[in-house]
Amino acid sequence: MSHHVLKLGEHDLQARADGSLFWPAMGLLCVSDLHLGKSERIARRGGGLLPPYETQETLTRLDAAIAETAPRHVICLGDSFDDLDAATSLPETVRLHLAGLQAGRDWTWIEGNHDPGPVALGGSHLAEHVLEGLRFRHIATPDRPEVSGHYHPKARVPGTTAARPCFLADRDRVLLPAFGAYTGGLRATEPVLRDRMGTDAIAILTGRRAVAVPLAAL
Amino acid sequence: MTILPRTFRDWFDARGWAVHPHQQQMLDRAADPATLLIAPTGGGKTLAGFLPSLVDLAEGGHDGLHTLYVSPLKALATDIRRNLTAPVQEMGLPIRIEDRSGDTTYTAKRRQRADPPHILLTTPESLALLTSYEDAPRIFAGLQRVIVDEIHALAESKRGDQLMLALSRLEGLAPGLRRVGLSATVDDPAAIARTLARHPDPCPILEADPGPDPDIEMLVTQSRPPWSGGGAKHAIPEVLEQVRNHKTTLIFHNTRAQAEIFFHHLWLANDDDLPIGIHHGSLSRDQREKVEAAMVAGRLRAIVCTGSLDLGIDWGDVDLVIQIGAPKNVKRMVQRIGRANHRYNAPSKALLVPANRFEVVECHAALEAAREHDLDGAPRGPGPLDVLCQHILSRACAGPFEADALFAEVRTVGAYADLPRAAFDDCLSFCATGGYALRAYDRWQRLKQTDGKWHLRDPRAARRIRMNIGTIQDADLLKVRMRRGNRTLGEVEEAFAASLTPGDRFLIGGEVVRYEGLKELTVEVSRTPGREPKVAVFSGTKFATSTQLSQRILQLLNRDCWPDLPGHTADWLALQHKVSRMPSAGRLLVETFPHEGREHLCLYGFAGQNAHRTLGLILTQRMEAAGLSPLGFVMTDYALLIWGLEPVPDPAALLNPADTRAGLDSWLQGNAVMKRTFRGAATIAGLIERNIPGPRKTGRQATFSSDILYDTLAKFDPDHLLMRITREEAMRGLVDFGRIEDMLGRIEGIDHQRLTRVSPLAAPLLLEPGKVPIAGEGRERLLEAEADRLMAEAGLAAL
Repeated sequence: MSHHVLKLGEHDLQARADGSLFWPAMGLLCVSDLHLGKSERIARRGGGLLPPYETQETLTRLDAAIAETAPRHVICLGDSFDDLDAATSLPETVRLHLAGLQAGRDWTWIEGNHDPGPVALGGSHLAEHVLEGLRFRHIATPDRPEVSGHYHPKARVPGTTAARPCFLADRDRVLLPAFGAYTGGLRATEPVLRDRMGTDAIAILTGRRAVAVPLAAL
Repeated sequence: MTILPRTFRDWFDARGWAVHPHQQQMLDRAADPATLLIAPTGGGKTLAGFLPSLVDLAEGGHDGLHTLYVSPLKALATDIRRNLTAPVQEMGLPIRIEDRSGDTTYTAKRRQRADPPHILLTTPESLALLTSYEDAPRIFAGLQRVIVDEIHALAESKRGDQLMLALSRLEGLAPGLRRVGLSATVDDPAAIARTLARHPDPCPILEADPGPDPDIEMLVTQSRPPWSGGGAKHAIPEVLEQVRNHKTTLIFHNTRAQAEIFFHHLWLANDDDLPIGIHHGSLSRDQREKVEAAMVAGRLRAIVCTGSLDLGIDWGDVDLVIQIGAPKNVKRMVQRIGRANHRYNAPSKALLVPANRFEVVECHAALEAAREHDLDGAPRGPGPLDVLCQHILSRACAGPFEADALFAEVRTVGAYADLPRAAFDDCLSFCATGGYALRAYDRWQRLKQTDGKWHLRDPRAARRIRMNIGTIQDADLLKVRMRRGNRTLGEVEEAFAASLTPGDRFLIGGEVVRYEGLKELTVEVSRTPGREPKVAVFSGTKFATSTQLSQRILQLLNRDCWPDLPGHTADWLALQHKVSRMPSAGRLLVETFPHEGREHLCLYGFAGQNAHRTLGLILTQRMEAAGLSPLGFVMTDYALLIWGLEPVPDPAALLNPADTRAGLDSWLQGNAVMKRTFRGAATIAGLIERNIPGPRKTGRQATFSSDILYDTLAKFDPDHLLMRITREEAMRGLVDFGRIEDMLGRIEGIDHQRLTRVSPLAAPLLLEPGKVPIAGEGRERLLEAEADRLMAEAGLAAL
């Protein structure tokens, strides 16, 4: 899997083409906004009956990322579940799949706005997690250095047609793209995102390969 | 014979009018369950439809809704209300007439439900919505008649299917309902009659005197038409001359973009400042209404327009119709020409303007077809299942129902008369639980069955379902607004807006504007006077030339000489005959030749551009596999041109029908065309909600692309109902594989002409815009190269 190497303070991190962030020195894999159980939540609330396969699809992708990076520690950066009920009503097959992924490694669920509380699954549940001075949380704060998710950034290289989910990064901050299958995106050029990033920020587009573009050129 | 009551006769006499024979016949047939009237525009068609209702209601004494009038256009409903109210008032009849559409105020709509007028004028969407209310049985209890106007236009689309399903519902609420269809000239009146009538009721067809044949000619221009393109810029001086010599001219175009460009050039040359306006579906309502009002008041000498003016609003004194670009379809051309001269018994006058050299041939073939009354039409397939899904959902909104009863009711609709029970059950199961192979949760239910009756699990869902009633598939549109002054100019497709960078100039409403940026969901622009636009707007619908017209073109090409064609075009065809050969109906001509260092293959399929695009994608894929290194292709309605690094030694081997089908299946799955088709079907069937309660969000994380749903189903549930609907529709529509198979089945052999240089017929294709590059790994590399360049330029390459 291709990746783009990010320097966050002293640390080298890999922004991977599949939308996950890998920190080789710590053996840490980080993904954000899995939104497991999204179609179930929409159906429960009287919306459309979307194909109920996104949880399986998302876990298959996560499985692949774990198989490639063999992390000692996995951090899910919030909004891992579309809501807390979705977390409790995961089918048995999904619970077993998750348990299999968690076996033999540390697993951290960071709280998100969709899942603001502990879930009855293995792993530790935290509001945020600090490692080697790097803060992992769901929504970006003024504190730096920091790794966060929440916004589902996406971007389009000028002259091409399709927007792709992307990382946003500057010298002391990374925003992760959404890893879940049923997730939309917010354009990286929206003020709410642009204003959070330094002037030399880059966007790393996901897809077949990780492709870095200056945010200012988008 | 039914005698017209005294009040009516006096009213006709006072105007010196006589009742037309077809108006009298409609009156005589007032008790028939269904009648189809085919009459030219201006033949008093609408009055003929309403006369039995007016006579019925003249006595007073009918309480509530008596007649429902449905038209494809809101504007038409409003227009008819005005035109009908005048005689009703003049005769002093006790009849209340109202219209109802998406534009009707909330209060007026509520009042109409509580106290319906005698005659309600509406659209298929508003009617479907009305039938979804719990009080529908009360609203429609006394309904006697339904008039479907411009039924020829509705019958060609899913809007017609939706309407007929709604009528089957009304039949249940008001048994004995009589139906009247009003139609322009069509190729197959019996097919329209079957659509209209309750199956298996008979539906007699009344044909009014069509009046004299139209006077149609090709416009002779000083400069020759160009070899390619669709602008018809060369004809501007002659078109202006015609506008000058007529009272009011309608100038029709096939696409909105072409209309904008032509309008722009027309004004650059309009030295006399003739008042000329523009009208098409992407302009803001304000702007369209202004043009319509100016036209009715006789203040405009010409209107540049598209299909948005195809339907029957009476624009007054149009005495000339000009069609720019080949008409693609003879029936539509004849209907358009009917827009000129609304005086009964006077011929309508029309001019065709071919936009390029090949269109000269096409226009000529179309002219011959029109003179011989040989109209084209393709039979429609069975009733679409996505529309049926929507119907089932809106039926559930109205109250509990039994599956057997609904199935029987649906089968009274002509298009669904042969609907298998299994297909109906699939649709019902999709509406109830999503119809997925994986049955997951109890809560995964929209409909539930209690005591044998189906009903909404959560009654609150009715609101969301009602908000999404309708089958019109607009692309996601963004408003275009002047940065200063806040004036809304119109709308562009989101995909088009996404392709713009600040500073780009484009045309809208005849103005060249500069793209400034996207603010929330609005495209902000500023004025840039006198600059050439960089890009034209909108994708718009592109029609392919009809099968019948294509066959006529082939016949025309195969004549010995062409005395009726302009000299430049006849010479061009003669040269083709000499250096290569003419494509013919029974065989497929394939030319191969080198040109500018590339090997070319030109295939004259005459199967329409959608089919040619599909064939281009399949053939280049097979050429890639054969090591022939194709680089790209371009297509028109008549031919496909592929270029690459290696010559194709044996085109026949490439075109083996079985292999072609196998190739289709493999690329179809990931194809953008499939995803677009899926999106339409999924929206109509109610899987994707276009409208949700509450204001539209500006940040769009909440919504995600329907492409993701398509990919998920393709991977986990490829035989899902919506995937089946998508495949079937794409094969008929955008993929148009049916026409490829027709073509391959029709030809008796392939003529391969190996040439040393480009042939006369192939030459225009080299100039054709819209070349399709063969992508994949190559596109990825281009993107990376551009990204690297940007990184280096920003000095961030080392970050």
